[in-house]
Amino acid sequence: MMAQHLPILPILLPMLAALVLLGLRLDDARQRLVSITATLLLVGISTLLLDQAGSDQILHYALGNWQAPFGIALTLDRLAALMVVLTAVLALGCVTFACAGEDAQGSHFHGLFQLQLMGLNGAFLTGDLFNLFVFFEILLLASYALLMHGGGKARVGAGLHYVVLNLIGSALFLIALGVLYGATGTLNMVDMGQRMAALDGDQAALATTGALLLVVVFSLKAAALPLYFWLPRTYAAAPAPVAALFAIMTKVGVYALLRVESLVFTDTPASAPIQTWLWVAGLATMALAMIGALGARDLRMLVAYLVLISVGALLAAVGMDQRASDAALLYYLLHSTLVAAALFLIAELIDRQRGQAGTRLVCGRRLNQQRLLGGLFMIAAIGMVGLPPLSGALGKMWLLQAADDEQGLWLWALLLLATLAALIALSRAGSVLFWASHQGKPGTQRAHPAQLVGVLWLLASLPLLTLFAGPVSGYAEATAAQLARTDATLDVPETAPLAADPGARP
Amino acid sequence: MEALFAGVVGTLTACGLFLMLRGRTFPVIVGLTLLSYAVNLFLFSMGGLNTHAAPVIGESLSPSDPLPQALVLTAIVIGFAMTAFVVILAIRARSELGNDHVDGKQGDEEPPR
Repeated sequence: MMAQHLPILPILLPMLAALVLLGLRLDDARQRLVSITATLLLVGISTLLLDQAGSDQILHYALGNWQAPFGIALTLDRLAALMVVLTAVLALGCVTFACAGEDAQGSHFHGLFQLQLMGLNGAFLTGDLFNLFVFFEILLLASYALLMHGGGKARVGAGLHYVVLNLIGSALFLIALGVLYGATGTLNMVDMGQRMAALDGDQAALATTGALLLVVVFSLKAAALPLYFWLPRTYAAAPAPVAALFAIMTKVGVYALLRVESLVFTDTPASAPIQTWLWVAGLATMALAMIGALGARDLRMLVAYLVLISVGALLAAVGMDQRASDAALLYYLLHSTLVAAALFLIAELIDRQRGQAGTRLVCGRRLNQQRLLGGLFMIAAIGMVGLPPLSGALGKMWLLQAADDEQGLWLWALLLLATLAALIALSRAGSVLFWASHQGKPGTQRAHPAQLVGVLWLLASLPLLTLFAGPVSGYAEATAAQLARTDATLDVPETAPLAADPGARP
Repeated sequence: MEALFAGVVGTLTACGLFLMLRGRTFPVIVGLTLLSYAVNLFLFSMGGLNTHAAPVIGESLSPSDPLPQALVLTAIVIGFAMTAFVVILAIRARSELGNDHVDGKQGDEEPPR
């Protein structure tokens, strides 16, 4: 009985937690307790989901028992379960870190945080395009408020750009949905995929237009080349636990691209141009982000550009569209999200102990916990750059291996160059922060235990992903195989009364 | 009717785009609002433009599609909330940054008074 309703829990649980947190006026300690308990439960539930999805059965959860394609369906497959687990693991690290005091700088941190989790989980689990829009809006609205948490000039300035851009993105999303609905007459992803493949003539051209518009929207979320300029400033300005959680926001875009490309637009005329565009945009994003990383004068800005490099690699992998590249992409996605989040948190720890200099890459005072932070920074940097023995190296090697000869020519050159640039930028940042900072006495600030637990929780994923690379990559390969399979995805009832009636829709 | 409707949506979109590219927060917000009107109208027309077609089976010979109307309702609610949020944000930015330029600094487009 319970197992049947499992797919809705990752959405309901954060929603209830958010309602409790926003509705009851709890004191700080209780808020933290509720928030951490809810996130811990989420980790447990998502692990159960992962187990359930591992049986290779795609589970459809019809809300209110209204059957697809008319009702709204949640779809639990391997990909969705993997993303929900990633979200929960990441969120636990972020929320633990925030409990060290950052959450009390403004009001309603935990309530908004849980709302954001609800939006993220919903976006991963939904099988309906319009519901994807709704969950995107939920997570965006929560993210607007979280970004502004604590206030300050930089946050408000960056927030304005972020909000306006995303509102335009939402408008485009709706236009794309309208076009797609007009052409196919459905919003269920699987159903739409089947109907799109059957279209021809004008309707097919219209559907292709809608599909490409949708790709533009998701590219804005994922921060592909012409649409990424909002990201560095936003991420650099956001409070550390929020910036760390935002590490998954770009991945929501990548997920959405992967999902619509494999489920909706496969075998349609839109498929080829989408792949070409994503491939080129991914490579170009990597190239430009590489220059940005080398030119960054602030640690947070640098990490933001490193996030962009990984997004570029992921987008290029989506554009490659083979089973091998999809599997490599998923492994690298897990790794890059967690390590980028850890780096944002470490940047905050460094910031606290450097006084006026903050995270700017200039000579400042000596850090109080030089060795500890230096060690953490080094581990995270090795992971981010992708040096052996940590999981970044495996992910990147797998990506490179997945490219065929012609693609390899570009991917090898750009990904390896970007890796070199990341290595140079991070070693320079590390030597300035930890070695060129000997003037004056160290301050008395020490990292809060909760902050260290949060960082270590995220960093622990790097050796774990390396040690258990076998099972994880096995799961990723099975996921890619499931994505490539187009036949057994949804048993849409063929005798649908409205759809069968040609007079119902012009 | 189709041509008129398309014209209206197109004009609204064009005006919205023009205003969104301005440098001050107020025109940008008005532009966003116009764009969201255009989007709502556009969504509304996705089920096809019919007259005298109630979205109930049995009420008329060819019932119109009820789904776009439901979608528009959702889009309006979300758009309304977002507009309210962005207005407050613009006011906050005006007070924190000291001016109403979207970049937070006085541009060159207008000489300072």
